[in-house]
Amino acid sequence: MKMLRYVALLAAALAAGAAQAQDKSDGVVKIGVLSDMSSLYADLAGQGSVAAARMAVEDFKPAEKGLKVEIVSADHQNKPDVGSNIVRQWIDVDKVDVIVDVPTSSVALAVNEVVREKNSVFLVSGAAASDLTGPKCSPNTVHWTYDTWALANGTGKALVKTGGDSWFFITADYAFGHALERDTAAVVEANGGKVLSKVRVPLNTSDFSSYLLQAQQSKAKIIGLANAGGDTINSIKQAAEFGIVAGGQNLAGLLVFITDVHALGLQTAQGLIMTEAFYWDQNDASRAFAKRFAPLYKGNMPTMVQAGVYSAVTHYLKAVAALKDDSDGKAVVAKMKEMPTDDPLFGKGTIRADGRKIHDMYLFEVKKPSESKGPWDYYKLRATIPAAEAFRPLKDGNCPLVSG
Amino acid sequence: MISIFGIPSQALFGQLLIGLINGSFYALLSLGLAVIFGMLNIINFTHGAQYMMGAFVAYLVLQYLGLNYWVALLIAPILVGLTGVIIERLFLKRLYQLDHLYGLLLTFGLALIIQGVFRNYYGSSGLPYQVPELLRGGQNLGFMFLPNYRAWVIFFSLVVCLGTWFVIERTRLGAYLRAATENPTLVRAFGINVPRMITLTYGFGVGLAAIAGVMAAPIYNVSPLMGEDIIIVVFAVVVIGGMGSIMGAIVTGFALGLIEGLTKVFFPEASNTVIFVIMAIVLLIRPAGLFGRAT
Amino acid sequence: MERVVDPLETAARTRGVRSEAIAFVAMLVLLVLAPTVAYPVFLMKALCFALFACAFNLLIGYVGLLSFGHALYFGWAGYVSAHLAKIGKLTLPYWGGGWHWFVIPLPPLSPELAVLGGTVTAAVLGLIAGALAIRRQGIYFAMITLALAQMMFFFAVQAPFTGGEDGIQAVPRGHLFGLIDLSNQTTLYYVVLVLFLACFLLIYRIIHSPFGEVLKAIRENEPRAISLGYKTDRYKLMAFVLSAALAGAAGATKAIVFQLASLTDVHWTMSGEVVLMTLVGGLGTVFGPVLGAFVIVSMENYLAEFGQWITVIQGVIFVACVLLFRRGIIGEIANALRVRL
Repeated sequence: MKMLRYVALLAAALAAGAAQAQDKSDGVVKIGVLSDMSSLYADLAGQGSVAAARMAVEDFKPAEKGLKVEIVSADHQNKPDVGSNIVRQWIDVDKVDVIVDVPTSSVALAVNEVVREKNSVFLVSGAAASDLTGPKCSPNTVHWTYDTWALANGTGKALVKTGGDSWFFITADYAFGHALERDTAAVVEANGGKVLSKVRVPLNTSDFSSYLLQAQQSKAKIIGLANAGGDTINSIKQAAEFGIVAGGQNLAGLLVFITDVHALGLQTAQGLIMTEAFYWDQNDASRAFAKRFAPLYKGNMPTMVQAGVYSAVTHYLKAVAALKDDSDGKAVVAKMKEMPTDDPLFGKGTIRADGRKIHDMYLFEVKKPSESKGPWDYYKLRATIPAAEAFRPLKDGNCPLVSG
Repeated sequence: MISIFGIPSQALFGQLLIGLINGSFYALLSLGLAVIFGMLNIINFTHGAQYMMGAFVAYLVLQYLGLNYWVALLIAPILVGLTGVIIERLFLKRLYQLDHLYGLLLTFGLALIIQGVFRNYYGSSGLPYQVPELLRGGQNLGFMFLPNYRAWVIFFSLVVCLGTWFVIERTRLGAYLRAATENPTLVRAFGINVPRMITLTYGFGVGLAAIAGVMAAPIYNVSPLMGEDIIIVVFAVVVIGGMGSIMGAIVTGFALGLIEGLTKVFFPEASNTVIFVIMAIVLLIRPAGLFGRAT
Repeated sequence: MERVVDPLETAARTRGVRSEAIAFVAMLVLLVLAPTVAYPVFLMKALCFALFACAFNLLIGYVGLLSFGHALYFGWAGYVSAHLAKIGKLTLPYWGGGWHWFVIPLPPLSPELAVLGGTVTAAVLGLIAGALAIRRQGIYFAMITLALAQMMFFFAVQAPFTGGEDGIQAVPRGHLFGLIDLSNQTTLYYVVLVLFLACFLLIYRIIHSPFGEVLKAIRENEPRAISLGYKTDRYKLMAFVLSAALAGAAGATKAIVFQLASLTDVHWTMSGEVVLMTLVGGLGTVFGPVLGAFVIVSMENYLAEFGQWITVIQGVIFVACVLLFRRGIIGEIANALRVRL
């Protein structure tokens, strides 16, 4: 009989699975913010993305439009299996209608497949993979904020045009780094620049000095950092130590966020050039947004990813309000593509047939410590890349939705 | 210009020097592991987290108390060493009678807790820390630009490593330590408080990790995850050297730094795996490790 | 070897077999009925990890070897199985006065062959890693397995066929033996369940075979086993390869279930997780790893909202298990009831 105790224990573990199985009556628009809450991207997306989604719902005033909106959130831990499992469960069991954010390419690509299979909606803000609107594009997915192509294009073109015509790449040795390097090199060469050399560095290297010495000896004007996260921070930090920028070479970060600059400090990051879709100190609307956002998220200023979540959720709710139905994911995305986008953070824009959201991108340079008025006052605008040139041309993406 | 395998010899010197700098971190960390293992028979998986804590102490005392790098270099090992003492008193001492594997599992769990807590409070993108005023800039050595701070790293870690070696191998205190490793009962019979010695040894080993952390703060990203990967490399270093001798741990650390540095020039793609490959080769030829006694 | 029959031991053995049989039936009934109350994908995930933990337990629980690198077999089997199911074509490098590519033009394989391919790969990797690792004992063994797994993790990041950080995505679930459509989640669940039960019984059989008795002898006292004339290294290697292969079967199945193979499964945190599952359930118990896997997987699933704290909670469980419940849940229950589980 005592065996029952053991059986009961196992049953309890299983019953936990059933606990959430009750069906929620629909008529509720349920937004699932799936993000990295604990690891590499937690600062640039994470709980900040949840806060941004909340603000978007608040500003939309759903009650006035007869909608009931709920937000759920979860941590995908940067693991594609965890992420796709959460999404499956969200859609099947919890009746979530739209998945937002997902700041890791591997997870985003996995979620992209699940959402397509279940005919739901996926609004990508955090992930960079341009494949999401290329070979892997889906009628259920909108890629909102930025992608690798846009970053490579923005930074590469602007630098070559302002004299940075010889490049040395320090590339993270995995698919993402290779793609970033390839896209940027193509832009550099198309604009008359030259790639002198490159070095492939294993992911999560802590010491870049050896590669920086090689870059120094190449005498290239620009050292392109085709890496991300901790790798970027380490390479910039050590470049400052080895006097790379002081020696007349410039660093170009191909995937750098304002949180990275914050982590580096201006003393180290000054002079760095990068492309972003949003900066909190751009105009009155963005400043007002930042002022509301900061107290909700550790006093941080919003990143472009978090701003993108706000903008994407706003547009999604508009489309649902217009359709008065959120059950057919494809129809909602089609409506989103049909309606022009307009919100205080990204201004007016459109969504292309391949799911690419189109807006201006901006080339920023990190200020010197003497130019900054205080924490988070980091960027000065070098150039605006007009929406028409900012993203990969529709025909180059190999998106089956376009050719078919 | 003379060149070796297509790389100018002068550039090669530069790379070797850089390898030596990285070797200093391996040496300091594997030294700490060896000291702890010698006395406690425990592989300290928390070492990476404690290295990270050293760097964070440097950041925190600067941020909140305005204390500079030099002060941090003094107090970080003491503070982190104290947390080590607490860990030893609270947890590790309960495990000495058990299989060594439980020590590994316990310290692994502690590493998860420490890293997780730091990550929740400080995020994971890292925190800024500048090179101390006194050591900014660098020397042009002709074949390379050597930042002053890197020169300091080599110098100071050599001093710490050799100092530790001297204390353990050449002083009376060290003799007690070594004797207690061999035969604790006998040493206790001499009227020496062996448990306290064990506690202090753990604190000392952890302090070494903290020193490495402070030294890393100005050049590496100060983030809660900074110790996560390096600890595995240091494990491989320890397997290669064998934990039998203090000097062995030091020499292996520096030597592997050099080899890794060379790999970064000739075959950068393999620079993170080369140490593991060497480990496999050493295991085939000399299973006990280069300086180890057969187990 | 001639065995002396000890009547007391025989009695304990019969009682052990009976308690194990009851527990097995209970587990079987629960698992068969589970999909009516719980989400099948979640259950399949738990089953894959349960198998993984059982495979790991074969080494730590019955040979006393702590492998801290089992993610290597789990993850790489996943990659191979995903690749075989999605693409099929094998491109192998070979040396002939320079590197060349040798191409085996396979079509995308059906899921059972893909899983088999993954399992075989894991066995081969286990043979290589095991041959190196058993040259040292105890803590060194753990560190070597960890280091080798880390090396193969880096390789997985860089190798083109693994898709780097993106992993291998959109793997088709296909038709079992070309007949049974696996896109239905419930069907897939029962297929996974059958595979799990088969492997579970295989492990049970191994543990209680003469081979298993030698393994336990090695765990208790290796020099003694050597002096009795056993070539303990061969036994240890054999156990290592079996454990790796079964871990591979789990990883290969998981790749088919989740339709993806990614870096998560080869990272060392995965090696740590399987240690945790086994520890929670009970080292060296037959059912412990299964329960441990269900506990940890449910925890991850239902605590996903508290994401930041999951690793901390896992760390606390580690510490608590080592200090307070070294026998694990099942071990404590078995001890309290004085039965074997």
